[in-house]
Amino acid sequence: MSKTRLTREQIAERAAMELPEGAYVNLGWGIPNLIAAYVPAGINIYFHSENGILGMGPRAKRGEEDLDLVDAMKVPVTLLPGGAYFSQDDAHVMTRGGHLDVSILGGLQVAENGDLANWRVPGARGAGNIGGAMDISVGAKRLIVAMEHNTKDGSPKIVKQCTYPLTAIECVDTIITDLAVIDVLPDGLVLREIAPGFTPDEVQELTEPKLRYCEKILTISLPGH
Amino acid sequence: MERTPSSEVPGHVALKTMDQKNKIYSTLDEAVVDIPDGATIMFGGFGGAGFPNNLIQGLARQGAKSLSVISNNCGTGEGELGILFKNKQIRRVVAAFPGPAAKYFQEQFDAGEIELELVPQGILCERMRAFGAGIPAFFSPVGVGTEVARGKEEREIRGKRYILEQELGADYAFIRAQRSDHMGNLIYRKAARNFNPIMATAAKITIVEVEEIVPTGELDPETIVTPSIFVDRIVQAAGKRCV
Repeated sequence: MSKTRLTREQIAERAAMELPEGAYVNLGWGIPNLIAAYVPAGINIYFHSENGILGMGPRAKRGEEDLDLVDAMKVPVTLLPGGAYFSQDDAHVMTRGGHLDVSILGGLQVAENGDLANWRVPGARGAGNIGGAMDISVGAKRLIVAMEHNTKDGSPKIVKQCTYPLTAIECVDTIITDLAVIDVLPDGLVLREIAPGFTPDEVQELTEPKLRYCEKILTISLPGH
Repeated sequence: MERTPSSEVPGHVALKTMDQKNKIYSTLDEAVVDIPDGATIMFGGFGGAGFPNNLIQGLARQGAKSLSVISNNCGTGEGELGILFKNKQIRRVVAAFPGPAAKYFQEQFDAGEIELELVPQGILCERMRAFGAGIPAFFSPVGVGTEVARGKEEREIRGKRYILEQELGADYAFIRAQRSDHMGNLIYRKAARNFNPIMATAAKITIVEVEEIVPTGELDPETIVTPSIFVDRIVQAAGKRCV
Protein backbone atom coordinates (compact mmCIF):
# COMPACT_ATOMS: atom_id res chain seq x y z
CA MET A 1 0.00 0.00 0.00
CA SER A 2 1.39 3.39 -0.91
CA LYS A 3 2.01 5.83 1.86
CA THR A 4 -0.62 8.56 1.67
CA ARG A 5 -0.74 11.50 4.04
CA LEU A 6 -4.21 12.96 4.41
CA THR A 7 -4.97 16.26 2.69
CA ARG A 8 -6.19 19.19 4.81
CA GLU A 9 -9.72 18.38 3.66
CA GLN A 10 -9.29 14.75 4.69
CA ILE A 11 -8.02 15.77 8.14
CA ALA A 12 -11.21 17.86 8.41
CA GLU A 13 -13.29 14.91 7.26
CA ARG A 14 -11.70 12.61 9.85
CA ALA A 15 -12.19 15.24 12.57
CA ALA A 16 -15.88 15.59 11.64
CA MET A 17 -16.32 11.89 12.48
CA GLU A 18 -15.50 12.69 16.14
CA LEU A 19 -18.62 14.86 16.53
CA PRO A 20 -21.50 13.13 18.33
CA GLU A 21 -25.14 13.70 17.44
CA GLY A 22 -26.55 16.86 19.00
CA ALA A 23 -23.20 18.31 20.04
CA TYR A 24 -22.58 22.03 20.54
CA VAL A 25 -19.27 22.67 18.79
CA ASN A 26 -16.83 25.53 18.19
CA LEU A 27 -14.45 25.35 15.24
CA GLY A 28 -11.27 27.43 15.12
CA TRP A 29 -9.15 28.87 12.33
CA GLY A 30 -7.25 26.74 9.83
CA ILE A 31 -8.19 23.12 9.12
CA PRO A 32 -11.05 23.20 11.68
CA ASN A 33 -12.76 25.81 9.54
CA LEU A 34 -13.21 23.12 6.84
CA ILE A 35 -14.92 20.63 9.15
CA ALA A 36 -18.55 21.81 9.01
CA ALA A 37 -18.82 20.68 5.39
CA TYR A 38 -17.97 17.09 6.37
CA VAL A 39 -20.47 16.41 9.14
CA PRO A 40 -21.94 13.02 8.23
CA ALA A 41 -25.51 13.02 6.92
CA GLY A 42 -28.06 12.47 9.66
CA ILE A 43 -25.86 13.96 12.39
CA ASN A 44 -27.08 17.29 13.79
CA ILE A 45 -24.38 19.60 15.10
CA TYR A 46 -25.01 23.04 16.60
CA PHE A 47 -22.08 25.26 15.70
CA HIS A 48 -21.07 28.07 18.05
CA SER A 49 -19.29 31.21 16.98
CA GLU A 50 -17.63 33.42 19.60
CA ASN A 51 -19.15 36.57 18.13
CA GLY A 52 -22.53 35.46 19.42
CA ILE A 53 -24.10 32.78 17.25
CA LEU A 54 -25.34 29.30 18.16
CA GLY A 55 -26.82 27.11 15.45
CA MET A 56 -24.72 28.64 12.71
CA GLY A 57 -25.53 27.26 9.26
CA PRO A 58 -23.52 27.07 6.07
CA ARG A 59 -21.92 30.01 4.28
CA ALA A 60 -24.53 32.39 2.82
CA LYS A 61 -25.37 32.00 -0.87
CA ARG A 62 -24.02 34.58 -3.25
CA GLY A 63 -26.31 37.58 -3.28
CA GLU A 64 -27.87 36.57 0.06
CA GLU A 65 -25.01 37.67 2.30
CA ASP A 66 -25.92 39.68 5.40
CA LEU A 67 -22.90 41.53 6.78
CA ASP A 68 -24.46 41.51 10.26
CA LEU A 69 -24.37 37.70 10.18
CA VAL A 70 -20.75 36.62 9.87
CA ASP A 71 -18.66 33.91 11.51
CA ALA A 72 -15.48 34.48 13.51
CA MET A 73 -13.51 34.58 10.27
CA LYS A 74 -15.73 37.34 8.89
CA VAL A 75 -17.42 35.03 6.37
CA PRO A 76 -21.15 35.70 5.81
CA VAL A 77 -23.02 32.67 7.15
CA THR A 78 -26.61 31.63 7.85
CA LEU A 79 -28.61 30.72 10.94
CA LEU A 80 -30.38 27.38 11.21
CA PRO A 81 -33.86 26.99 12.71
CA GLY A 82 -33.39 26.94 16.48
CA GLY A 83 -30.33 29.15 16.27
CA ALA A 84 -29.79 32.13 18.55
CA TYR A 85 -27.89 35.41 18.76
CA PHE A 86 -26.26 36.70 21.94
CA SER A 87 -23.42 38.93 23.05
CA GLN A 88 -19.68 38.19 23.02
CA ASP A 89 -19.60 37.85 26.81
CA ASP A 90 -22.36 35.23 26.72
CA ALA A 91 -20.53 33.50 23.86
CA HIS A 92 -17.55 33.11 26.19
CA VAL A 93 -19.70 32.05 29.12
CA MET A 94 -20.35 29.12 26.79
CA THR A 95 -16.66 28.53 25.96
CA ARG A 96 -14.96 29.12 29.29
CA GLY A 97 -17.87 27.84 31.35
CA GLY A 98 -17.60 24.33 29.95
CA HIS A 99 -20.86 24.35 28.02
CA LEU A 100 -19.52 23.33 24.61
CA ASP A 101 -19.34 19.59 24.01
CA VAL A 102 -16.42 19.66 21.59
CA SER A 103 -14.07 22.35 20.35
CA ILE A 104 -11.68 21.79 17.47
CA LEU A 105 -8.75 24.16 17.04
CA GLY A 106 -5.76 24.37 14.77
CA GLY A 107 -2.32 23.90 16.30
CA LEU A 108 1.29 24.95 15.90
CA GLN A 109 2.54 22.57 18.61
CA VAL A 110 0.97 20.08 20.98
CA ALA A 111 3.00 18.68 23.87
CA GLU A 112 2.75 15.18 25.27
CA ASN A 113 1.00 16.50 28.38
CA GLY A 114 -1.69 18.19 26.23
CA ASP A 115 -0.26 21.72 26.27
CA LEU A 116 -1.31 23.63 23.15
CA ALA A 117 0.50 26.42 21.30
CA ASN A 118 -1.51 27.88 18.45
CA TRP A 119 -1.47 31.69 18.45
CA ARG A 120 1.99 32.93 17.69
CA VAL A 121 5.13 31.77 15.91
CA PRO A 122 8.14 33.06 17.86
CA GLY A 123 10.08 35.65 15.91
CA ALA A 124 7.20 36.37 13.54
CA ARG A 125 6.52 40.01 12.79
CA GLY A 126 3.59 41.67 14.49
CA ALA A 127 1.85 41.51 17.80
CA GLY A 128 0.21 38.08 17.59
CA ASN A 129 -3.48 37.37 17.92
CA ILE A 130 -4.98 35.44 20.83
CA GLY A 131 -8.63 35.90 19.94
CA GLY A 132 -10.90 33.39 21.66
CA ALA A 133 -8.51 30.43 21.57
CA MET A 134 -7.41 30.63 25.22
CA ASP A 135 -10.98 30.76 26.54
CA ILE A 136 -12.05 27.94 24.21
CA SER A 137 -9.08 25.70 25.12
CA VAL A 138 -9.58 26.07 28.84
CA GLY A 139 -13.31 25.42 28.78
CA ALA A 140 -13.97 22.74 26.18
CA LYS A 141 -15.38 19.49 27.55
CA ARG A 142 -13.37 17.82 24.79
CA LEU A 143 -10.65 19.63 22.84
CA ILE A 144 -9.48 18.22 19.53
CA VAL A 145 -6.55 19.72 17.63
CA ALA A 146 -6.62 19.25 13.85
CA MET A 147 -3.29 20.06 12.24
CA GLU A 148 -0.52 18.79 10.02
CA HIS A 149 1.75 16.26 11.75
CA ASN A 150 4.94 18.09 10.81
CA THR A 151 6.02 21.60 9.88
CA LYS A 152 6.96 22.43 6.29
CA ASP A 153 10.61 21.61 7.08
CA GLY A 154 9.58 18.26 8.56
CA SER A 155 9.96 19.05 12.27
CA PRO A 156 7.47 17.36 14.58
CA LYS A 157 4.57 19.51 15.75
CA ILE A 158 3.81 16.95 18.45
CA VAL A 159 6.60 17.62 20.93
CA LYS A 160 7.82 16.80 24.42
CA GLN A 161 7.46 20.43 25.44
CA CYS A 162 6.09 23.36 23.45
CA THR A 163 8.66 25.98 22.50
CA TYR A 164 6.05 28.33 21.04
CA PRO A 165 3.94 30.63 23.27
CA LEU A 166 1.24 28.56 24.95
CA THR A 167 -2.47 28.89 24.39
CA ALA A 168 -3.39 26.73 27.38
CA ILE A 169 -1.84 24.00 29.48
CA GLU A 170 -2.93 20.35 29.58
CA CYS A 171 -6.01 21.01 27.50
CA VAL A 172 -5.83 18.77 24.40
CA ASP A 173 -7.72 15.46 24.40
CA THR A 174 -7.17 14.24 20.85
CA ILE A 175 -4.83 15.18 17.99
CA ILE A 176 -5.89 14.50 14.40
CA THR A 177 -3.21 14.96 11.75
CA ASP A 178 -2.44 13.94 8.19
CA LEU A 179 -0.68 10.88 9.67
CA ALA A 180 -2.49 9.82 12.77
CA VAL A 181 -5.21 10.03 15.38
CA ILE A 182 -3.62 10.30 18.81
CA ASP A 183 -5.28 10.52 22.20
CA VAL A 184 -3.67 12.50 24.99
CA LEU A 185 -4.08 10.53 28.20
CA PRO A 186 -2.80 11.41 31.68
CA ASP A 187 0.12 8.99 31.20
CA GLY A 188 1.04 10.06 27.68
CA LEU A 189 0.12 9.81 24.02
CA VAL A 190 -1.69 6.81 22.56
CA LEU A 191 -1.60 6.12 18.83
CA ARG A 192 -5.10 5.06 17.79
CA GLU A 193 -5.16 5.33 13.98
CA ILE A 194 -2.62 5.84 11.21
CA ALA A 195 -2.74 7.05 7.62
CA PRO A 196 -2.91 4.40 4.85
CA GLY A 197 0.42 2.70 4.14
CA PHE A 198 2.26 3.98 7.22
CA THR A 199 3.50 1.81 10.05
CA PRO A 200 3.27 2.85 13.70
CA ASP A 201 7.07 3.06 13.83
CA GLU A 202 7.10 5.48 10.88
CA VAL A 203 4.59 7.72 12.68
CA GLN A 204 6.74 7.49 15.83
CA GLU A 205 9.76 8.63 13.78
CA LEU A 206 7.90 11.83 12.87
CA THR A 207 6.74 12.47 16.44
CA GLU A 208 9.04 13.72 19.21
CA PRO A 209 7.56 12.17 22.37
CA LYS A 210 7.14 8.44 22.84
CA LEU A 211 3.85 7.06 21.53
CA ARG A 212 2.14 4.12 23.12
CA TYR A 213 0.54 1.92 20.52
CA CYS A 214 -3.10 1.03 20.89
CA GLU A 215 -3.60 -2.76 20.93
CA LYS A 216 -5.25 -2.66 17.53
CA ILE A 217 -4.20 0.37 15.53
CA LEU A 218 -6.66 1.10 12.74
CA THR A 219 -6.02 2.65 9.36
CA ILE A 220 -7.77 6.00 9.07
CA SER A 221 -10.84 5.36 7.00
CA LEU A 222 -13.03 8.09 5.60
CA PRO A 223 -16.61 7.72 4.46
CA GLY A 224 -16.80 7.39 0.70
CA HIS A 225 -13.10 6.47 0.30
CA MET B 1 -57.33 58.85 26.28
CA GLU B 2 -59.17 58.67 29.61
CA ARG B 3 -57.10 57.77 32.62
CA THR B 4 -58.10 57.17 36.19
CA PRO B 5 -57.10 60.32 38.07
CA SER B 6 -54.08 59.49 40.15
CA SER B 7 -55.72 60.81 43.30
CA GLU B 8 -58.16 57.90 43.21
CA VAL B 9 -55.38 55.31 43.41
CA PRO B 10 -53.45 55.52 46.65
CA GLY B 11 -49.71 55.77 46.06
CA HIS B 12 -50.14 56.18 42.35
CA VAL B 13 -48.14 58.89 40.61
CA ALA B 14 -49.58 60.38 37.44
CA LEU B 15 -48.33 58.54 34.37
CA LYS B 16 -45.71 60.34 32.41
CA THR B 17 -43.07 59.29 30.01
CA MET B 18 -39.75 58.63 31.67
CA ASP B 19 -37.57 60.32 29.06
CA GLN B 20 -36.85 63.62 30.72
CA LYS B 21 -33.14 63.67 30.01
CA ASN B 22 -32.49 64.45 26.40
CA LYS B 23 -29.90 61.95 25.25
CA ILE B 24 -30.38 62.47 21.54
CA TYR B 25 -27.67 64.32 19.64
CA SER B 26 -28.52 65.67 16.23
CA THR B 27 -25.08 65.13 14.69
CA LEU B 28 -22.23 62.66 15.04
CA ASP B 29 -19.76 65.49 15.52
CA GLU B 30 -21.73 66.91 18.45
CA ALA B 31 -21.83 63.49 20.08
CA VAL B 32 -18.02 63.28 20.25
CA VAL B 33 -17.00 66.95 20.48
CA ASP B 34 -15.88 66.85 24.11
CA ILE B 35 -13.67 63.73 24.01
CA PRO B 36 -10.38 64.96 25.51
CA ASP B 37 -6.84 63.97 24.57
CA GLY B 38 -5.75 60.96 26.59
CA ALA B 39 -9.26 59.53 26.99
CA THR B 40 -9.84 55.77 27.29
CA ILE B 41 -12.46 54.58 24.82
CA MET B 42 -14.06 51.18 24.17
CA PHE B 43 -15.22 50.33 20.66
CA GLY B 44 -17.76 47.60 19.88
CA GLY B 45 -17.66 45.46 16.76
CA PHE B 46 -16.36 42.08 15.53
CA GLY B 47 -15.75 40.64 12.09
CA GLY B 48 -16.94 43.75 10.29
CA ALA B 49 -20.30 43.75 12.10
CA GLY B 50 -21.47 46.15 14.80
CA PHE B 51 -18.67 48.69 14.55
CA PRO B 52 -19.60 52.28 15.40
CA ASN B 53 -17.93 53.38 12.18
CA ASN B 54 -19.75 56.70 11.99
CA LEU B 55 -18.70 57.69 15.51
CA ILE B 56 -15.14 56.59 14.68
CA GLN B 57 -15.18 58.87 11.66
CA GLY B 58 -16.51 61.65 13.90
CA LEU B 59 -13.62 61.08 16.31
CA ALA B 60 -11.18 61.17 13.41
CA ARG B 61 -12.55 64.59 12.41
CA GLN B 62 -12.54 65.76 16.01
CA GLY B 63 -8.87 64.86 16.33
CA ALA B 64 -8.43 63.83 20.00
CA LYS B 65 -4.91 62.44 20.55
CA SER B 66 -3.06 60.04 22.86
CA LEU B 67 -6.13 57.85 23.14
CA SER B 68 -6.21 54.50 24.95
CA VAL B 69 -8.50 52.19 23.05
CA ILE B 70 -10.13 48.92 24.06
CA SER B 71 -11.40 46.86 21.16
CA ASN B 72 -11.37 43.27 19.95
CA ASN B 73 -9.29 44.25 16.93
CA CYS B 74 -7.37 47.19 15.48
CA GLY B 75 -9.12 47.92 12.20
CA THR B 76 -8.89 46.72 8.63
CA GLY B 77 -6.86 49.12 6.52
CA GLU B 78 -8.47 52.54 7.07
CA GLY B 79 -11.77 50.93 8.04
CA GLU B 80 -13.14 50.53 11.56
CA LEU B 81 -10.43 51.72 14.00
CA GLY B 82 -7.88 51.91 11.16
CA ILE B 83 -8.46 55.59 10.48
CA LEU B 84 -7.61 56.51 14.10
CA PHE B 85 -4.31 54.61 13.83
CA LYS B 86 -3.62 56.20 10.46
CA ASN B 87 -4.14 59.63 12.04
CA LYS B 88 -1.84 58.63 14.93
CA GLN B 89 -4.54 59.40 17.48
CA ILE B 90 -3.89 56.22 19.51
CA ARG B 91 -1.16 55.64 22.08
CA ARG B 92 -2.27 52.46 23.85
CA VAL B 93 -4.35 49.44 22.88
CA VAL B 94 -6.07 46.66 24.78
CA ALA B 95 -7.17 44.00 22.27
CA ALA B 96 -7.70 40.26 21.81
CA PHE B 97 -7.06 40.02 18.08
CA PRO B 98 -5.34 43.07 16.57
CA GLY B 99 -5.76 41.31 13.23
CA PRO B 100 -3.71 40.67 10.12
CA ALA B 101 -5.49 43.49 8.27
CA ALA B 102 -4.68 46.13 10.90
CA LYS B 103 -2.05 47.74 8.68
CA TYR B 104 -1.60 51.07 10.49
CA PHE B 105 -1.65 49.49 13.93
CA GLN B 106 0.97 46.89 12.90
CA GLU B 107 3.27 49.55 11.45
CA GLN B 108 3.12 51.66 14.58
CA PHE B 109 3.40 48.61 16.85
CA ASP B 110 6.50 47.41 14.99
CA ALA B 111 7.95 50.93 15.27
CA GLY B 112 7.39 50.88 19.03
CA GLU B 113 4.99 53.81 18.90
CA ILE B 114 2.05 51.95 20.41
CA GLU B 115 1.73 50.09 23.68
CA LEU B 116 -0.30 46.86 23.45
CA GLU B 117 -1.96 44.69 26.06
CA LEU B 118 -3.14 41.41 24.50
CA VAL B 119 -6.06 39.90 26.37
CA PRO B 120 -7.91 36.63 25.71
CA GLN B 121 -11.23 37.56 24.14
CA GLY B 122 -13.53 36.11 26.77
CA ILE B 123 -11.45 37.68 29.54
CA LEU B 124 -11.68 41.03 27.75
CA CYS B 125 -15.47 40.70 28.04
CA GLU B 126 -15.36 39.43 31.60
CA ARG B 127 -13.09 42.26 32.80
CA MET B 128 -15.62 44.71 31.38
CA ARG B 129 -18.46 42.86 33.02
CA ALA B 130 -16.56 43.03 36.32
CA PHE B 131 -16.10 46.79 36.02
CA GLY B 132 -19.72 47.33 35.08
CA ALA B 133 -20.88 45.09 37.91
CA GLY B 134 -18.69 46.59 40.63
CA ILE B 135 -16.29 43.65 40.94
CA PRO B 136 -12.69 44.93 41.12
CA ALA B 137 -10.97 41.64 40.24
CA PHE B 138 -11.69 37.96 39.79
CA PHE B 139 -9.90 34.62 39.45
CA SER B 140 -9.88 32.99 36.02
CA PRO B 141 -8.48 29.76 34.55
CA VAL B 142 -7.74 31.38 31.18
CA GLY B 143 -4.08 31.98 30.45
CA VAL B 144 -2.71 29.98 33.40
CA GLY B 145 0.84 28.92 32.51
CA THR B 146 0.99 31.26 29.48
CA GLU B 147 2.35 34.75 28.74
CA VAL B 148 -1.00 36.15 29.83
CA ALA B 149 -0.31 35.08 33.43
CA ARG B 150 2.89 37.12 33.65
CA GLY B 151 2.89 39.37 36.72
CA LYS B 152 -0.52 38.18 37.89
CA GLU B 153 -1.29 36.62 41.24
CA GLU B 154 -1.93 32.89 40.95
CA ARG B 155 -4.03 30.91 43.38
CA GLU B 156 -5.13 27.31 43.67
CA ILE B 157 -8.85 26.93 44.29
CA ARG B 158 -10.26 23.44 44.89
CA GLY B 159 -7.16 21.93 43.31
CA LYS B 160 -7.12 24.02 40.12
CA ARG B 161 -4.87 26.93 39.14
CA TYR B 162 -6.30 30.41 38.52
CA ILE B 163 -4.94 33.90 37.89
CA LEU B 164 -6.24 37.19 39.18
CA GLU B 165 -7.69 39.45 36.48
CA GLN B 166 -8.52 43.11 37.03
CA GLU B 167 -11.68 44.95 36.04
CA LEU B 168 -11.54 46.98 32.84
CA GLY B 169 -13.46 50.23 32.44
CA ALA B 170 -13.30 53.26 30.18
CA ASP B 171 -14.18 56.94 30.03
CA TYR B 172 -16.31 56.36 26.94
CA ALA B 173 -17.82 53.44 25.06
CA PHE B 174 -18.60 53.90 21.37
CA ILE B 175 -21.15 51.32 20.34
CA ARG B 176 -23.57 50.55 17.55
CA ALA B 177 -27.13 49.23 17.77
CA GLN B 178 -29.93 48.77 15.31
CA ARG B 179 -32.64 50.67 17.19
CA SER B 180 -32.96 52.94 20.18
CA ASP B 181 -35.90 54.64 21.78
CA HIS B 182 -35.59 58.18 23.13
CA MET B 183 -34.37 56.87 26.47
CA GLY B 184 -31.60 54.75 25.01
CA ASN B 185 -33.08 51.27 25.33
CA LEU B 186 -31.27 49.30 22.63
CA ILE B 187 -31.94 46.44 20.28
CA TYR B 188 -29.20 44.94 18.12
CA ARG B 189 -29.21 43.02 14.88
CA LYS B 190 -27.89 39.44 14.54
CA ALA B 191 -24.13 39.06 15.14
CA ALA B 192 -23.66 42.85 15.14
CA ARG B 193 -24.44 42.69 18.86
CA ASN B 194 -21.06 41.17 19.91
CA PHE B 195 -19.14 43.45 22.33
CA ASN B 196 -21.61 46.34 22.24
CA PRO B 197 -23.85 45.44 25.21
CA ILE B 198 -21.01 44.60 27.61
CA MET B 199 -19.09 47.76 26.71
CA ALA B 200 -22.19 49.85 27.38
CA THR B 201 -22.01 48.71 31.02
CA ALA B 202 -18.31 49.49 31.50
CA ALA B 203 -17.89 53.15 30.50
CA LYS B 204 -18.66 56.40 32.29
CA ILE B 205 -20.29 57.72 29.10
CA THR B 206 -21.74 55.38 26.49
CA ILE B 207 -22.39 56.84 23.07
CA VAL B 208 -24.47 54.79 20.66
CA GLU B 209 -25.00 55.22 16.94
CA VAL B 210 -28.21 53.63 15.73
CA GLU B 211 -29.96 53.08 12.46
CA GLU B 212 -33.30 54.15 13.85
CA ILE B 213 -34.66 56.08 16.83
CA VAL B 214 -38.24 55.24 17.80
CA PRO B 215 -40.57 56.86 20.34
CA THR B 216 -40.20 55.68 23.93
CA GLY B 217 -42.61 52.86 24.62
CA GLU B 218 -42.43 51.46 21.14
CA LEU B 219 -39.80 48.79 21.83
CA ASP B 220 -41.11 45.57 23.34
CA PRO B 221 -39.59 45.57 26.86
CA GLU B 222 -39.09 41.80 26.57
CA THR B 223 -36.70 42.26 23.67
CA ILE B 224 -34.55 45.15 24.94
CA VAL B 225 -30.93 43.97 25.19
CA THR B 226 -29.30 47.09 26.65
CA PRO B 227 -31.53 48.93 29.11
CA SER B 228 -31.38 52.73 28.91
CA ILE B 229 -29.52 53.14 32.20
CA PHE B 230 -26.32 52.16 30.36
CA VAL B 231 -26.72 54.69 27.55
CA ASP B 232 -25.87 58.39 27.70
CA ARG B 233 -25.84 59.71 24.14
CA ILE B 234 -27.78 58.57 21.09
CA VAL B 235 -27.11 59.62 17.55
CA GLN B 236 -28.80 58.42 14.41
CA ALA B 237 -26.54 57.19 11.64
CA ALA B 238 -29.11 55.71 9.31
CA GLY B 239 -28.01 53.99 6.17
CA LYS B 240 -24.36 54.52 7.04
CA ARG B 241 -23.62 50.97 7.95
CA CYS B 242 -20.11 50.63 6.67
CA VAL B 243 -17.21 52.88 5.91
